[in-house]
Amino acid sequence: MALKKKISKKAVKKSAPKKSNQLEDSLIELIKNTSAVLPDDVQKVILQALAREEKHTTAEYAMNIIKANIELAKKKSQPLCQDTGTVLFYVNHPVGLDQIEFTKWIHKAVVKSTKLGYLRQNSVDSLSGANSGTNIGPGHPSIHFHQHKKKNIEIRLMLKGGGCENVGAQYSLPYTPLDAGRDLDGVRKVILDAVLKAQGRGCGPGVLGVCIGGDRGAGYIESKEQLLRFLDDKNSNKDLAQLETEIVNTSNKLGIGPMGFGGKTTLLGCKIGVQNRLPASFFVSISYMCWAYRRQGIELGTNKQIKKWLY
Amino acid sequence: MKKLNYPFSHEQVKELKVGDMVLITGKLFTGRDAVHKRLHDGVKPPVNLQNQIIYHCGPVILQDKKTGKYQVTAAGPTTSIREEPYEADVMRDYGIVGVIGKGGMGPKTLKGCKDYGCVYFHAVGGAAQVLAEKINSVEAVHWLDLGSPEAIWELSVTDFPVVVTMDAHGNSLHADVQASSEAEFKKVL
Ligand code: SF4
Repeated sequence: MALKKKISKKAVKKSAPKKSNQLEDSLIELIKNTSAVLPDDVQKVILQALAREEKHTTAEYAMNIIKANIELAKKKSQPLCQDTGTVLFYVNHPVGLDQIEFTKWIHKAVVKSTKLGYLRQNSVDSLSGANSGTNIGPGHPSIHFHQHKKKNIEIRLMLKGGGCENVGAQYSLPYTPLDAGRDLDGVRKVILDAVLKAQGRGCGPGVLGVCIGGDRGAGYIESKEQLLRFLDDKNSNKDLAQLETEIVNTSNKLGIGPMGFGGKTTLLGCKIGVQNRLPASFFVSISYMCWAYRRQGIELGTNKQIKKWLY
Repeated sequence: MKKLNYPFSHEQVKELKVGDMVLITGKLFTGRDAVHKRLHDGVKPPVNLQNQIIYHCGPVILQDKKTGKYQVTAAGPTTSIREEPYEADVMRDYGIVGVIGKGGMGPKTLKGCKDYGCVYFHAVGGAAQVLAEKINSVEAVHWLDLGSPEAIWELSVTDFPVVVTMDAHGNSLHADVQASSEAEFKKVL
Protein backbone atom coordinates (compact mmCIF):
# COMPACT_ATOMS: atom_id res chain seq x y z
CA MET A 1 0.00 0.00 0.00
CA ALA A 2 1.33 3.37 -0.99
CA LEU A 3 0.43 5.03 2.28
CA LYS A 4 2.41 2.59 4.34
CA LYS A 5 5.50 3.20 2.28
CA LYS A 6 5.05 6.89 2.72
CA ILE A 7 4.66 6.61 6.45
CA SER A 8 7.67 4.43 6.91
CA LYS A 9 9.78 6.72 4.80
CA LYS A 10 8.60 9.69 6.77
CA ALA A 11 9.38 7.95 10.03
CA VAL A 12 12.88 7.17 8.90
CA LYS A 13 13.52 10.65 7.64
CA LYS A 14 12.05 12.35 10.69
CA SER A 15 13.97 10.27 13.17
CA ALA A 16 17.58 10.73 12.15
CA PRO A 17 18.39 14.22 13.39
CA LYS A 18 16.11 14.16 16.42
CA LYS A 19 17.37 13.69 19.91
CA SER A 20 14.40 11.68 21.11
CA ASN A 21 14.66 7.94 21.17
CA GLN A 22 14.32 6.14 17.86
CA LEU A 23 12.47 3.21 19.41
CA GLU A 24 9.94 5.56 20.98
CA ASP A 25 9.39 7.29 17.63
CA SER A 26 8.85 3.98 15.86
CA LEU A 27 6.39 2.87 18.51
CA ILE A 28 4.43 6.12 18.31
CA GLU A 29 4.27 5.79 14.54
CA LEU A 30 2.97 2.25 14.99
CA ILE A 31 0.28 3.38 17.44
CA LYS A 32 -0.79 6.29 15.26
CA ASN A 33 -1.06 4.17 12.15
CA THR A 34 -2.87 1.33 13.92
CA SER A 35 -5.45 3.71 15.35
CA ALA A 36 -6.21 5.47 12.07
CA VAL A 37 -5.71 2.98 9.24
CA LEU A 38 -7.22 -0.48 8.86
CA PRO A 39 -4.83 -3.06 7.41
CA ASP A 40 -5.33 -4.06 3.77
CA ASP A 41 -6.61 -7.57 4.49
CA VAL A 42 -9.37 -6.15 6.71
CA GLN A 43 -10.33 -3.43 4.24
CA LYS A 44 -10.58 -6.03 1.52
CA VAL A 45 -13.14 -8.19 3.33
CA ILE A 46 -15.15 -5.13 4.35
CA LEU A 47 -15.42 -4.06 0.71
CA GLN A 48 -16.42 -7.59 -0.26
CA ALA A 49 -19.10 -7.54 2.42
CA LEU A 50 -20.41 -4.21 1.14
CA ALA A 51 -20.64 -5.59 -2.40
CA ARG A 52 -22.59 -8.61 -1.13
CA GLU A 53 -25.36 -6.68 0.62
CA GLU A 54 -28.50 -5.88 -1.30
CA LYS A 55 -28.88 -2.35 -2.56
CA HIS A 56 -30.94 0.15 -0.55
CA THR A 57 -31.04 -1.99 2.58
CA THR A 58 -30.06 -0.91 6.07
CA ALA A 59 -27.20 -3.42 5.84
CA GLU A 60 -25.79 -1.73 2.75
CA TYR A 61 -26.33 1.66 4.40
CA ALA A 62 -24.32 0.60 7.45
CA MET A 63 -21.51 -0.88 5.34
CA ASN A 64 -21.32 2.29 3.28
CA ILE A 65 -20.94 4.40 6.41
CA ILE A 66 -18.24 2.02 7.64
CA LYS A 67 -16.42 2.35 4.32
CA ALA A 68 -16.66 6.14 4.42
CA ASN A 69 -15.39 6.13 8.00
CA ILE A 70 -12.36 4.04 7.06
CA GLU A 71 -11.49 6.46 4.27
CA LEU A 72 -12.03 9.56 6.37
CA ALA A 73 -9.99 8.34 9.35
CA LYS A 74 -7.11 7.52 7.04
CA LYS A 75 -7.32 10.87 5.28
CA LYS A 76 -7.43 12.84 8.53
CA SER A 77 -5.08 10.49 10.36
CA GLN A 78 -7.58 10.37 13.23
CA PRO A 79 -8.78 7.40 15.33
CA LEU A 80 -11.22 5.23 13.36
CA CYS A 81 -13.37 4.78 16.43
CA GLN A 82 -13.37 6.90 19.57
CA ASP A 83 -12.87 3.77 21.63
CA THR A 84 -9.21 3.03 21.01
CA GLY A 85 -9.64 -0.08 23.10
CA THR A 86 -7.32 -2.29 25.07
CA VAL A 87 -3.78 -1.67 23.87
CA LEU A 88 -2.20 -5.08 23.20
CA PHE A 89 1.45 -5.41 22.19
CA TYR A 90 3.03 -8.63 20.94
CA VAL A 91 6.80 -8.45 20.74
CA ASN A 92 8.82 -11.19 19.03
CA HIS A 93 12.47 -10.78 19.79
CA PRO A 94 15.81 -12.61 19.76
CA VAL A 95 17.30 -14.05 22.92
CA GLY A 96 18.87 -11.40 25.10
CA LEU A 97 16.47 -8.48 24.71
CA ASP A 98 16.07 -6.48 27.91
CA GLN A 99 12.32 -6.74 28.39
CA ILE A 100 12.27 -4.36 31.35
CA GLU A 101 13.93 -1.64 29.33
CA PHE A 102 11.75 -2.36 26.30
CA THR A 103 8.60 -2.12 28.44
CA LYS A 104 9.68 1.34 29.60
CA TRP A 105 9.83 2.57 26.02
CA ILE A 106 6.45 1.10 25.25
CA HIS A 107 5.03 2.95 28.25
CA LYS A 108 6.60 6.19 27.14
CA ALA A 109 5.20 5.81 23.64
CA VAL A 110 1.73 5.01 24.97
CA VAL A 111 1.72 8.06 27.25
CA LYS A 112 2.81 10.32 24.42
CA SER A 113 0.33 8.82 21.95
CA THR A 114 -2.44 9.44 24.45
CA LYS A 115 -1.38 13.07 24.78
CA LEU A 116 -1.32 13.40 21.00
CA GLY A 117 -4.86 11.98 20.78
CA TYR A 118 -3.95 8.77 18.93
CA LEU A 119 -5.30 6.90 21.94
CA ARG A 120 -8.24 7.87 24.13
CA GLN A 121 -7.77 8.04 27.90
CA ASN A 122 -9.03 4.55 28.40
CA SER A 123 -7.54 3.05 31.55
CA VAL A 124 -9.69 3.05 34.65
CA ASP A 125 -8.90 1.87 38.18
CA SER A 126 -11.34 -0.99 38.68
CA LEU A 127 -11.93 -0.16 42.34
CA SER A 128 -12.01 3.62 42.47
CA GLY A 129 -13.19 4.30 38.91
CA ALA A 130 -10.42 6.87 38.47
CA ASN A 131 -9.02 7.26 34.97
CA SER A 132 -5.22 7.24 34.91
CA GLY A 133 -5.36 9.56 31.90
CA THR A 134 -2.27 7.93 30.43
CA ASN A 135 -3.41 4.43 29.48
CA ILE A 136 -0.89 3.09 31.97
CA GLY A 137 -1.91 1.07 35.00
CA PRO A 138 -1.95 -2.49 36.28
CA GLY A 139 -2.33 -4.67 33.17
CA HIS A 140 -2.30 -1.66 30.82
CA PRO A 141 -0.97 -1.73 28.22
CA SER A 142 -0.94 -5.46 27.78
CA ILE A 143 2.48 -6.61 26.56
CA HIS A 144 3.31 -10.14 25.43
CA PHE A 145 6.95 -11.02 24.78
CA HIS A 146 7.90 -14.05 22.73
CA GLN A 147 11.47 -15.12 22.03
CA HIS A 148 12.30 -16.29 18.56
CA LYS A 149 15.38 -17.60 16.78
CA LYS A 150 15.47 -14.77 14.25
CA LYS A 151 17.70 -11.77 14.78
CA ASN A 152 15.09 -9.06 14.27
CA ILE A 153 12.45 -7.53 16.52
CA GLU A 154 8.84 -7.60 15.39
CA ILE A 155 6.20 -5.61 17.24
CA ARG A 156 2.53 -6.21 16.60
CA LEU A 157 -0.17 -4.02 18.05
CA MET A 158 -3.87 -4.61 18.38
CA LEU A 159 -6.43 -2.10 19.66
CA LYS A 160 -9.46 -4.00 20.83
CA GLY A 161 -12.60 -2.06 21.69
CA GLY A 162 -14.75 -2.58 24.75
CA GLY A 163 -18.03 -3.19 22.93
CA CYS A 164 -16.69 -6.22 21.13
CA GLU A 165 -14.69 -7.49 24.10
CA ASN A 166 -17.94 -7.53 26.07
CA VAL A 167 -19.50 -10.08 23.71
CA GLY A 168 -16.60 -12.54 23.91
CA ALA A 169 -17.43 -15.85 25.60
CA GLN A 170 -15.90 -18.96 27.09
CA TYR A 171 -17.65 -22.32 27.08
CA SER A 172 -16.85 -25.47 28.98
CA LEU A 173 -17.69 -28.64 27.06
CA PRO A 174 -19.86 -30.61 27.34
CA TYR A 175 -22.38 -27.79 27.19
CA THR A 176 -25.78 -29.34 27.74
CA PRO A 177 -28.11 -26.47 26.72
CA LEU A 178 -26.92 -27.03 23.13
CA ASP A 179 -26.12 -30.69 23.39
CA ALA A 180 -22.54 -29.75 22.57
CA GLY A 181 -20.09 -32.56 23.24
CA ARG A 182 -16.32 -32.72 23.44
CA ASP A 183 -15.69 -32.87 19.72
CA LEU A 184 -15.44 -30.51 16.77
CA ASP A 185 -19.18 -30.49 16.31
CA GLY A 186 -19.59 -29.41 19.94
CA VAL A 187 -17.01 -26.69 19.32
CA ARG A 188 -18.93 -25.57 16.24
CA LYS A 189 -22.17 -25.31 18.20
CA VAL A 190 -20.81 -23.14 20.99
CA ILE A 191 -19.00 -20.79 18.59
CA LEU A 192 -22.23 -20.25 16.68
CA ASP A 193 -24.03 -19.72 19.98
CA ALA A 194 -21.59 -16.92 20.82
CA VAL A 195 -22.29 -15.30 17.45
CA LEU A 196 -26.02 -15.55 18.05
CA LYS A 197 -25.77 -14.07 21.54
CA ALA A 198 -23.56 -11.21 20.33
CA GLN A 199 -26.15 -10.11 17.73
CA GLY A 200 -24.97 -6.68 16.51
CA ARG A 201 -23.69 -5.54 19.89
CA GLY A 202 -20.03 -6.13 19.12
CA CYS A 203 -20.22 -3.66 16.19
CA GLY A 204 -20.41 -6.40 13.59
CA PRO A 205 -19.63 -7.60 11.07
CA GLY A 206 -16.86 -9.02 13.19
CA VAL A 207 -14.01 -11.48 13.19
CA LEU A 208 -13.66 -14.30 15.70
CA GLY A 209 -10.45 -15.45 17.31
CA VAL A 210 -10.99 -18.84 18.93
CA CYS A 211 -8.94 -21.20 21.05
CA ILE A 212 -9.88 -24.81 21.62
CA GLY A 213 -8.35 -26.11 24.84
CA GLY A 214 -5.90 -24.56 27.27
CA ASP A 215 -6.86 -23.41 30.75
CA ARG A 216 -9.27 -20.50 31.06
CA GLY A 217 -6.54 -17.86 31.00
CA ALA A 218 -4.40 -19.37 28.24
CA GLY A 219 -7.49 -19.96 26.14
CA TYR A 220 -8.43 -16.30 26.02
CA ILE A 221 -4.84 -15.23 25.37
CA GLU A 222 -4.55 -17.62 22.44
CA SER A 223 -7.96 -16.57 21.09
CA LYS A 224 -6.65 -13.00 20.81
CA GLU A 225 -3.37 -14.12 19.25
CA GLN A 226 -5.39 -15.84 16.54
CA LEU A 227 -6.53 -12.35 15.55
CA LEU A 228 -2.94 -11.57 14.57
CA ARG A 229 -3.24 -13.94 11.61
CA PHE A 230 -3.88 -12.60 8.13
CA LEU A 231 -7.56 -12.87 7.26
CA ASP A 232 -6.78 -14.66 4.00
CA ASP A 233 -4.31 -17.18 5.40
CA LYS A 234 -5.15 -20.84 5.65
CA ASN A 235 -5.07 -22.88 8.82
CA SER A 236 -2.40 -25.58 8.51
CA ASN A 237 -4.68 -28.01 10.29
CA LYS A 238 -7.14 -29.31 7.70
CA ASP A 239 -10.01 -29.85 10.13
CA LEU A 240 -9.64 -26.42 11.65
CA ALA A 241 -9.39 -24.80 8.21
CA GLN A 242 -12.67 -26.42 7.35
CA LEU A 243 -14.28 -25.38 10.62
CA GLU A 244 -13.17 -21.77 10.14
CA THR A 245 -14.88 -21.61 6.75
CA GLU A 246 -17.95 -23.35 8.05
CA ILE A 247 -18.35 -20.97 10.99
CA VAL A 248 -18.22 -17.94 8.70
CA ASN A 249 -20.66 -19.40 6.18
CA THR A 250 -23.12 -20.62 8.78
CA SER A 251 -22.95 -17.39 10.81
CA ASN A 252 -23.76 -15.41 7.71
CA LYS A 253 -26.85 -17.56 7.23
CA LEU A 254 -28.13 -16.42 10.65
CA GLY A 255 -28.96 -13.08 9.03
CA ILE A 256 -27.84 -10.87 11.93
CA GLY A 257 -26.01 -8.59 9.53
CA PRO A 258 -24.00 -5.39 9.99
CA MET A 259 -24.83 -3.69 13.33
CA GLY A 260 -27.49 -6.38 13.83
CA PHE A 261 -29.73 -4.64 11.28
CA GLY A 262 -30.22 -7.95 9.43
CA GLY A 263 -28.26 -8.80 6.29
CA LYS A 264 -25.86 -11.14 4.62
CA THR A 265 -22.64 -10.48 6.50
CA THR A 266 -22.49 -11.29 10.18
CA LEU A 267 -18.88 -12.46 10.27
CA LEU A 268 -15.90 -11.36 8.18
CA GLY A 269 -13.65 -14.15 9.36
CA CYS A 270 -12.91 -16.79 11.96
CA LYS A 271 -9.48 -17.98 13.12
CA ILE A 272 -9.13 -21.02 15.31
CA GLY A 273 -6.13 -22.23 17.27
CA VAL A 274 -5.70 -25.19 19.53
CA GLN A 275 -3.88 -25.94 22.77
CA ASN A 276 -3.63 -29.04 24.88
CA ARG A 277 -6.03 -29.37 27.76
CA LEU A 278 -6.36 -31.39 30.92
CA PRO A 279 -8.37 -34.58 30.66
CA ALA A 280 -10.91 -32.97 32.95
CA SER A 281 -11.34 -29.68 31.03
CA PHE A 282 -12.41 -28.70 27.55
CA PHE A 283 -12.68 -24.96 27.06
CA VAL A 284 -13.60 -23.06 23.94
CA SER A 285 -12.59 -19.40 24.27
CA ILE A 286 -13.95 -16.86 21.82
CA SER A 287 -12.79 -13.29 21.29
CA TYR A 288 -14.96 -11.11 19.08
CA MET A 289 -13.30 -8.34 17.11
CA CYS A 290 -15.45 -5.51 15.74
CA TRP A 291 -15.25 -4.26 12.16
CA ALA A 292 -12.81 -1.61 13.45
CA TYR A 293 -10.20 -4.36 13.47
CA ARG A 294 -7.14 -2.30 14.30
CA ARG A 295 -3.95 -4.30 14.17
CA GLN A 296 -0.66 -3.45 12.61
CA GLY A 297 2.95 -4.44 13.08
CA ILE A 298 6.46 -3.32 12.39
CA GLU A 299 9.83 -4.92 11.97
CA LEU A 300 12.61 -2.85 13.50
CA GLY A 301 15.84 -2.12 11.68
CA THR A 302 19.24 -2.07 13.32
CA ASN A 303 18.75 1.50 14.54
CA LYS A 304 15.26 0.66 15.84
CA GLN A 305 13.74 2.52 12.92
CA ILE A 306 10.73 1.05 11.12
CA LYS A 307 12.14 -1.28 8.51
CA LYS A 308 8.94 -2.90 7.38
CA TRP A 309 5.19 -2.83 8.04
CA LEU A 310 3.87 -6.30 8.75
CA TYR A 311 0.28 -6.08 7.50
CA MET B 1 -33.89 7.84 2.65
CA LYS B 2 -36.01 10.04 4.93
CA LYS B 3 -35.23 13.41 6.42
CA LEU B 4 -36.01 14.65 9.89
CA ASN B 5 -35.58 18.38 10.31
CA TYR B 6 -35.62 20.66 13.33
CA PRO B 7 -37.85 21.56 15.13
CA PHE B 8 -38.80 17.95 15.83
CA SER B 9 -42.25 16.86 16.93
CA HIS B 10 -43.90 13.73 18.23
CA GLU B 11 -46.21 13.74 15.18
CA GLN B 12 -43.17 13.64 12.87
CA VAL B 13 -41.41 10.78 14.61
CA LYS B 14 -44.59 8.75 14.94
CA GLU B 15 -44.59 8.49 11.15
CA LEU B 16 -41.22 6.75 11.19
CA LYS B 17 -41.09 2.99 11.00
CA VAL B 18 -38.55 0.34 11.91
CA GLY B 19 -35.99 0.02 9.10
CA ASP B 20 -36.30 3.63 7.95
CA MET B 21 -32.96 5.20 7.06
CA VAL B 22 -33.07 8.78 8.28
CA LEU B 23 -30.88 11.86 7.97
CA ILE B 24 -31.34 14.17 10.93
CA THR B 25 -30.71 17.89 10.61
CA GLY B 26 -30.97 20.19 13.59
CA LYS B 27 -30.04 19.84 17.19
CA LEU B 28 -28.90 16.92 19.34
CA PHE B 29 -28.13 16.78 23.05
CA THR B 30 -25.56 14.22 24.16
CA GLY B 31 -26.40 12.34 27.31
CA ARG B 32 -25.12 9.09 28.67
CA ASP B 33 -24.95 7.33 32.01
CA ALA B 34 -24.45 10.22 34.42
CA VAL B 35 -26.98 12.48 32.69
CA HIS B 36 -29.63 9.77 32.65
CA LYS B 37 -29.09 9.00 36.28
CA ARG B 38 -29.35 12.66 37.24
CA LEU B 39 -32.48 13.24 35.18
CA HIS B 40 -34.00 10.11 36.62
CA ASP B 41 -33.18 11.31 40.13
CA GLY B 42 -35.39 14.29 39.34
CA VAL B 43 -32.75 16.98 38.91
CA LYS B 44 -34.18 19.67 36.65
CA PRO B 45 -32.39 19.65 33.28
CA PRO B 46 -30.40 22.77 32.42
CA VAL B 47 -32.23 23.01 29.09
CA ASN B 48 -35.76 22.32 28.02
CA LEU B 49 -35.70 18.84 26.51
CA GLN B 50 -39.27 19.02 25.21
CA ASN B 51 -39.30 17.71 21.59
CA GLN B 52 -35.53 17.16 21.60
CA ILE B 53 -33.34 14.16 20.80
CA ILE B 54 -30.82 12.71 23.26
CA TYR B 55 -27.69 11.16 21.74
CA HIS B 56 -25.94 8.39 23.70
CA CYS B 57 -22.45 9.58 23.01
CA GLY B 58 -19.33 10.56 24.91
CA PRO B 59 -17.69 12.78 22.32
CA VAL B 60 -14.03 13.65 22.14
CA ILE B 61 -13.99 17.44 22.21
CA LEU B 62 -11.08 19.82 21.92
CA GLN B 63 -11.20 23.43 23.01
CA ASP B 64 -9.24 26.00 21.07
CA LYS B 65 -6.99 27.65 23.64
CA LYS B 66 -7.21 31.08 22.02
CA THR B 67 -10.82 31.36 20.91
CA GLY B 68 -12.32 29.02 23.51
CA LYS B 69 -14.29 27.39 20.72
CA TYR B 70 -15.13 23.70 21.00
CA GLN B 71 -14.44 21.23 18.24
CA VAL B 72 -15.73 17.68 18.03
CA THR B 73 -13.05 15.26 16.87
CA ALA B 74 -14.84 11.95 17.39
CA ALA B 75 -18.51 11.34 18.11
CA GLY B 76 -19.67 7.76 17.65
CA PRO B 77 -22.56 6.28 19.63
CA THR B 78 -22.08 4.41 22.87
CA THR B 79 -23.97 1.31 24.03
CA SER B 80 -27.53 2.28 24.87
CA ILE B 81 -28.67 -0.65 26.95
CA ARG B 82 -27.04 0.85 30.04
CA GLU B 83 -29.80 3.48 30.04
CA GLU B 84 -32.56 0.87 29.93
CA PRO B 85 -33.61 1.43 33.57
CA TYR B 86 -34.03 5.19 32.98
CA GLU B 87 -34.94 5.93 29.37
CA ALA B 88 -38.70 5.31 29.44
CA ASP B 89 -39.04 7.62 32.46
CA VAL B 90 -36.94 10.29 30.77
CA MET B 91 -39.29 10.04 27.78
CA ARG B 92 -42.28 10.47 30.09
CA ASP B 93 -40.91 13.24 32.30
CA TYR B 94 -39.06 15.43 29.81
CA GLY B 95 -40.99 15.03 26.55
CA ILE B 96 -38.09 14.02 24.31
CA VAL B 97 -38.99 12.68 20.85
CA GLY B 98 -36.25 10.11 20.62
CA VAL B 99 -32.80 8.85 21.40
CA ILE B 100 -29.82 7.87 19.26
CA GLY B 101 -27.42 5.15 20.32
CA LYS B 102 -26.13 1.74 19.40
CA GLY B 103 -27.01 -1.85 20.18
CA GLY B 104 -30.71 -1.18 20.73
CA MET B 105 -32.70 -1.15 23.96
CA GLY B 106 -35.04 -3.46 25.82
CA PRO B 107 -38.77 -3.93 26.40
CA LYS B 108 -39.15 -1.11 28.93
CA THR B 109 -37.84 1.46 26.47
CA LEU B 110 -39.85 -0.07 23.63
CA LYS B 111 -43.00 0.41 25.70
CA GLY B 112 -41.87 3.95 26.52
CA CYS B 113 -41.54 4.66 22.78
CA LYS B 114 -45.10 3.51 22.27
CA ASP B 115 -46.59 5.26 25.29
CA TYR B 116 -44.88 8.61 24.76
CA GLY B 117 -44.53 8.72 20.95
CA CYS B 118 -40.76 8.32 20.69
CA VAL B 119 -38.32 6.42 18.49
CA TYR B 120 -34.92 4.81 18.93
CA PHE B 121 -32.42 5.66 16.24
CA HIS B 122 -29.38 3.44 15.72
CA ALA B 123 -26.19 5.11 14.56
CA VAL B 124 -23.35 3.04 13.10
CA GLY B 125 -21.08 1.94 15.93
CA GLY B 126 -17.46 2.90 15.46
CA ALA B 127 -18.18 5.47 12.74
CA ALA B 128 -16.65 8.22 14.86
CA GLN B 129 -15.17 10.21 12.00
CA VAL B 130 -18.15 10.14 9.64
CA LEU B 131 -20.47 11.16 12.46
CA ALA B 132 -18.16 13.91 13.73
CA GLU B 133 -18.16 15.36 10.21
CA LYS B 134 -21.94 15.76 10.37
CA ILE B 135 -21.61 18.00 13.40
CA ASN B 136 -21.38 21.63 12.33
CA SER B 137 -20.77 23.16 15.70
CA VAL B 138 -21.09 22.92 19.44
CA GLU B 139 -23.83 25.32 20.52
CA ALA B 140 -23.46 24.97 24.26
CA VAL B 141 -22.37 22.67 27.04
CA HIS B 142 -24.22 21.92 30.29
CA TRP B 143 -23.39 19.90 33.36
CA LEU B 144 -19.70 19.94 32.54
CA ASP B 145 -19.15 19.01 36.20
CA LEU B 146 -19.90 15.43 35.12
CA GLY B 147 -16.71 15.42 33.05
CA SER B 148 -16.40 16.09 29.35
CA PRO B 149 -17.60 12.73 27.98
CA GLU B 150 -20.58 12.69 30.37
CA ALA B 151 -21.69 16.31 29.98
CA ILE B 152 -24.64 17.50 27.90
CA TRP B 153 -23.25 18.85 24.65
CA GLU B 154 -25.66 20.73 22.47
CA LEU B 155 -24.68 19.88 18.90
CA SER B 156 -25.86 21.31 15.63
CA VAL B 157 -25.90 18.59 12.95
CA THR B 158 -26.62 18.22 9.25
CA ASP B 159 -27.73 14.96 7.64
CA PHE B 160 -26.72 12.87 10.63
CA PRO B 161 -27.24 9.25 9.41
CA VAL B 162 -29.26 6.82 11.53
CA VAL B 163 -31.62 3.87 11.19
CA VAL B 164 -34.91 3.56 13.10
CA THR B 165 -34.65 0.27 14.96
CA MET B 166 -37.46 0.82 17.49
CA ASP B 167 -40.52 2.81 16.52
CA ALA B 168 -43.47 4.41 18.29
CA HIS B 169 -45.76 1.53 17.36
CA GLY B 170 -44.19 -1.24 19.40
CA ASN B 171 -41.87 -2.60 16.69
CA SER B 172 -38.24 -3.44 17.36
CA LEU B 173 -35.81 -4.50 14.67
CA HIS B 174 -33.60 -5.92 17.42
CA ALA B 175 -36.36 -8.21 18.64
CA ASP B 176 -37.15 -9.25 15.04
CA VAL B 177 -33.53 -10.05 14.13
CA GLN B 178 -33.07 -11.87 17.43
CA ALA B 179 -36.09 -14.05 16.71
CA SER B 180 -35.23 -14.79 13.07
CA SER B 181 -31.58 -15.53 13.83
CA GLU B 182 -32.61 -17.86 16.66
CA ALA B 183 -34.88 -19.73 14.27
CA GLU B 184 -32.00 -20.11 11.77
CA PHE B 185 -29.66 -21.17 14.56
CA LYS B 186 -31.99 -24.03 15.51
CA LYS B 187 -31.84 -25.26 11.92
CA VAL B 188 -28.04 -25.42 11.84
CA LEU B 189 -27.51 -26.97 15.29
S1 SF4 C 1 -16.88 -2.34 19.40
FE1 SF4 C 1 -15.27 -1.56 18.05
S2 SF4 C 1 -16.29 -0.24 16.55
FE2 SF4 C 1 -17.71 -0.60 18.24
S3 SF4 C 1 -17.46 1.17 19.56
FE3 SF4 C 1 -16.13 -0.47 20.34
S4 SF4 C 1 -14.13 -0.17 19.34
FE4 SF4 C 1 -15.63 1.05 18.24
